[in-house]
Amino acid sequence: MVQINPSILLVDDEVPFVETMAKRLAKRDLTVDTAFGGREALKKLDSGGPSTIDVVILDVKMPGMDGLETLAAIKSAHPNVEVIMLTGHATVESAIEGMKGGAYDYLMKPCEMDLLMSKVNEAVDKKRAHEAKILDARVRMHALRRES
Amino acid sequence: MRLNPSRPNRYYRALTRNLVLFVVVVSLLPLLFTGAILLYQFEQAYQSKVEEHLEVLLKKHRRTIDAFLHDRLADIRVLTRSLTVAQMKDSSLLQTKLNLLREEYNGVFVDLGLVDPKGLQVAYAGPFNLIGANYAGAKWLERARADEYFISNVFAGFRGSPHFIVAAHKRLNGQDWLLKATIDFETFNALVENIRIGQTGFVFILDRKGELQTKPRQEVVLASGAWREILALPLKEGKVTIIEQADSLDRETIYAAASLKNSSWIICAQQERSDAFMHLLRAQQAALVIFVLGGVAIVLVSLLLARRLVRRIAEADSQKEAMNEKMIEAGRLASIGELAAGIAHEINNPVAIMVEEAGWIEDLMSDDGPLSEETLAEIQRAVQQIQEQGDRCKQITYKLLSFARKTDPTVKEVSINRLVEEVIGLVSQKSRYGGVKIITDLSAGLPPVAASPSELQQVLLNLVNNAVDAIESDGGTVEVITSQEQGDIHLTVTDTGIGIAESNLARIFDPFYTTKPVGQGTGLGLSICYGIINKLGGEIKVTSVKGKGSAFTVTLPADQNNNPASASAEQAEQS
Repeated sequence: MVQINPSILLVDDEVPFVETMAKRLAKRDLTVDTAFGGREALKKLDSGGPSTIDVVILDVKMPGMDGLETLAAIKSAHPNVEVIMLTGHATVESAIEGMKGGAYDYLMKPCEMDLLMSKVNEAVDKKRAHEAKILDARVRMHALRRES
Repeated sequence: MRLNPSRPNRYYRALTRNLVLFVVVVSLLPLLFTGAILLYQFEQAYQSKVEEHLEVLLKKHRRTIDAFLHDRLADIRVLTRSLTVAQMKDSSLLQTKLNLLREEYNGVFVDLGLVDPKGLQVAYAGPFNLIGANYAGAKWLERARADEYFISNVFAGFRGSPHFIVAAHKRLNGQDWLLKATIDFETFNALVENIRIGQTGFVFILDRKGELQTKPRQEVVLASGAWREILALPLKEGKVTIIEQADSLDRETIYAAASLKNSSWIICAQQERSDAFMHLLRAQQAALVIFVLGGVAIVLVSLLLARRLVRRIAEADSQKEAMNEKMIEAGRLASIGELAAGIAHEINNPVAIMVEEAGWIEDLMSDDGPLSEETLAEIQRAVQQIQEQGDRCKQITYKLLSFARKTDPTVKEVSINRLVEEVIGLVSQKSRYGGVKIITDLSAGLPPVAASPSELQQVLLNLVNNAVDAIESDGGTVEVITSQEQGDIHLTVTDTGIGIAESNLARIFDPFYTTKPVGQGTGLGLSICYGIINKLGGEIKVTSVKGKGSAFTVTLPADQNNNPASASAEQAEQS
């Protein structure tokens, strides 16, 4: 299997935050795309397809479509994509809600880059392992068909 | 409900006075009515009792006197029947009979005498020497001859002392002899004189012409007044007539009369009213004393209680004022608490950016080799960004500090428009995340308002905060409008939120009333707004349609010192 760089979608309404964070993640050999709101993020996921983006880093508190709504939409349209929630102190409860809604993990803002990287890597591994299992299952199914 | 910070003493004095009046009237009126009714009934009962008593007394004595006179007459008749004229002519026999009678009747009989048909007294027994006395032409003799039996009025006669005569006929050969007996006036008089009624009442006897037949115990005036009236009346046998009048000395007196001796005499009684009604008067006096003392006690006690009560009320009022101050302070902190989440997030965002920029610089500097031109430019950009975000933090903390400082009730000149802008700045972050658009329409050149800036700020913050909260996640608009109308400044906060149910509208200014979930609202915000606006002499009104939104309008009087036009208009209104 060819190991390609994990692909990340960074979603937050704070433009300077998104821009700088994107640069830092790119420097750590991640493929980074950005969105400044929930709808934009969904659009990017839809156009790119689930295979191009592995992990979404999603701010909980955003005007318009907030983090939790976005999470629900992502999980229903692209169940394989892992989501890491970013939250301020006041919205930890929403982060927990997000975990219940299928988010991989959450981090407090501002966050340690090392911690974020390790979470991203874990999430990517999980997603890829999961995809591998699906692939495996498909191969087995085809083999069974051929035998019969 | 007008909160007056320091109620004038006049208010408490009026309260005391009303309380006292109320208690006194309520307690004295029933007392007065009961007393009056009871006394009136008692007086009626007593009056009839007194009259009845007099009636019974007079009837009894009338009978006694009639019986006495009748008995004396009977004595003489027995003599005339048992003796012949010849026997009666014998003075010594008469003397024997007189002695017998005197023994038997305690000296009631004074003398006995026989008067011949010509009017000469032919025989006599008694203390005076009256043999040969000629009664021809005497009035009593004429009357006695006309009647079968005769009892005369009291008269002086030959002896010159009051007496009366009892006489009976003895007929012999067609000639009319008359046996007469003189009745001792003193004995007869004692029958009547000794009758006492109370302290002042007495009894006497009159004939129909108003001549005294007995000696009254006191001087009586017969020529005028009550007795004259009674004598003019046709007195019926066996009936007692009672009248009440003032006597010659102006004392209310009760007069009673009944006829006797075949209506030729009248038995009379008179008694001073105050004596007859002594017990009633005593009861009246006692009642009056009790009423006066009770009234004084009631007035004193109610005065004491009212004073104590009003003092308590005044204390409670001042405590309430202190509580109000504290409540405003608490409500202020509560509204800041409600804002805290938004503000924390607002600060957290620039902080996160700064941390990221710092991390980015670190990343860039960790590269090996000398820093390229490009990298340096990037570091410079990052540093500038950190400064920008630091500035953002500073502004947020400044805004917050302006609210968190202690409430200062000092009245200053406040510009409403500037206050609105400050408050909206503070709420903007929260509203942005709620999808709420805040629009302002601030009328330029508004006169300042005399108020405590921190208190007014709190009113605005509460109203705008509530408006933003009223709008649900799908977004909406909050509009803040200021305007001026004559001397008043209007501030309206309108939202397109969920609105307020009509049943709740009346309660929204009540303290601790809230529809927010537990832990999210104290229910103090609007009640504090109400208190503050009232204190400033303004008013706060609300209109709301469920599902459409609400509008809160605050009306405040403009600062008179800075608005000569409106001040003179007010003066014109007052004059």
